[in-house]
Amino acid sequence: MHIGDRMSSKPFIKDRKAISQSAWLVIVAVLLAGVIGLSWYFQTAQQAEQRVLTISTTTSLYDTGLLENAIAPAFKEKTGIELHFIPKGTGAAIQDAMNGAADAIIVHARSKELDFMEKGYGVNRKVIAYNFFAIVGPEDDPAGIRGLSPVEALKKIVEEGRKGNAIWVSRDDGSGTNTKEIALWKKAGFNYSEIKNEPWFRCTGTGMGKTLNYCNNVRAYTLSDMGTYLKYRKDGLIDLDVLVDEGEELINIYSIIVVNPEKYNKDFDGAMQLAKWLVSEEGQKIIGEYGVEEYGRPLFYPAVEVLEKKSGDIYNWIVKYGFIEDNGVWSECPEKYRYKANIEFFEVKI
Amino acid sequence: MAWEYVLEGIKQAIHLIITANPDVIEITLRSIRVSGMATLMAALWSFPIGIAIGMYNFRGKNILKGFFNGLLGIPTVVLGLILYLLLVPSGPLGFLRLIYTEMGISLGQSLLITPIMISFIANSIEVVEKDIRELAITLGAGKLEASLAVMREAISGILLSVIASFNRAIAELGIAIMIGGNIFVKGSALNTRVLTTAMQMYTARGEIDMALALGIILLSIVFAVSTISNIIQSRLT
Repeated sequence: MHIGDRMSSKPFIKDRKAISQSAWLVIVAVLLAGVIGLSWYFQTAQQAEQRVLTISTTTSLYDTGLLENAIAPAFKEKTGIELHFIPKGTGAAIQDAMNGAADAIIVHARSKELDFMEKGYGVNRKVIAYNFFAIVGPEDDPAGIRGLSPVEALKKIVEEGRKGNAIWVSRDDGSGTNTKEIALWKKAGFNYSEIKNEPWFRCTGTGMGKTLNYCNNVRAYTLSDMGTYLKYRKDGLIDLDVLVDEGEELINIYSIIVVNPEKYNKDFDGAMQLAKWLVSEEGQKIIGEYGVEEYGRPLFYPAVEVLEKKSGDIYNWIVKYGFIEDNGVWSECPEKYRYKANIEFFEVKI
Repeated sequence: MAWEYVLEGIKQAIHLIITANPDVIEITLRSIRVSGMATLMAALWSFPIGIAIGMYNFRGKNILKGFFNGLLGIPTVVLGLILYLLLVPSGPLGFLRLIYTEMGISLGQSLLITPIMISFIANSIEVVEKDIRELAITLGAGKLEASLAVMREAISGILLSVIASFNRAIAELGIAIMIGGNIFVKGSALNTRVLTTAMQMYTARGEIDMALALGIILLSIVFAVSTISNIIQSRLT
């Protein structure tokens, strides 16, 4: 037997050799621990050296590349602060901040933002940008909703859906887009949690891009933000058409909320610096110009110039769908949610 | 259509590798570093535990083995979620400041692969343990030396456990995305984007060719590691 041969060719003299071998094992283990400890230490040192803001945000902003490719480098150049974006969908992004993992959030669902501030986690909300949602669907438009108002279109989809002629796809993931969709269903007179159980109503529970892909495959309708839709359409991944994109209900308003320093010891000053920079001329310009070259139109519109003008349809819509009412005053951030803010807030009495 | 994607992906992958795209190199190196570190960390505690289970008989041994065997297939999202809740600043281990860091991913992956390492090591030792030990002792070996003889015979299985662990770590997504967060800032030392998180991001953004290219790189690493281990193994036996 070959094992036996091998054994007998190496006579076992004493245990000392074995002891020295196991000493080697211990030394190797200690070295391993040393390597791990050192790299841990090294990383902590790096963390301390570089000022970093962690921003939890929505996938619809992140997936267009605006945050990482345009905002982060410009802000770092200006202030030396590094921005780390964690894309999660509005609901999860807010949860992230409530767990203390973020310095600020950039999201798009007013009701959830208000809840976040009411619970004392967020302060100093600033509206930074807007664009529009659209109902997109197959080119041949089996439900015949092209050009209708959003509410009429949804009613028509329900009608045709129940006849088996149309399919609606919902993200159903607690995201800002999903929040808007639920509000639209309510406005059209349907209860989202009931209607979503009907056979023509399908839920993906995932991000915008994957939902658009799914819609494209099953020739269905869905609510999409413009940024993601344009990107997918241009890249030839989908051939869905925009069928309904007019109507104030479809406005999509993005804002930044800073984490309350009384809740978590985060970099409040840095986060305020970011909020200020985003609404500055420089920040707004970057937002407005992103994607123009590639898609022929901006993916996001800067909000500050509209708010400064204080008139026009879009101004009224931002106030109606993006501002928060408190004691008869509509503002970006009611006074009770402001904290050591050396920044102006837009407000209007109605 | 699907084949076009694959061809385009392969073309893109070759292009990215030939032109030494700095972002891709950075992400690839980080993947190897993070998962390599995870393998080292796991080895630190899995070797003693695995060897102990394989070598010695003690009360509760089967329960312990069953425990680690059961954890072999733990879904990465479950582990990722638990770790996320532990590591966020409001969690019990928040003070470690590991959330959204490379070291955090390494820690998570090391826990993920611990059961793999322990089970593989314990098994490969158990298979040879009895015969070799008896033989060694018959030939005049001391207790400790007999144990080392067992280890020598089990070495290829132990090597395999390390390789399998590394491959599992580098190919997982759930922990890397939940603990790492897929952070990427050009020129930053604190990025956490690895191959799998980059792939899922490019897929979500509709840049399928880029995602495929990274997938091909990931597969190449896994195959390369496996091949190298095969060569070492064949020399050992």
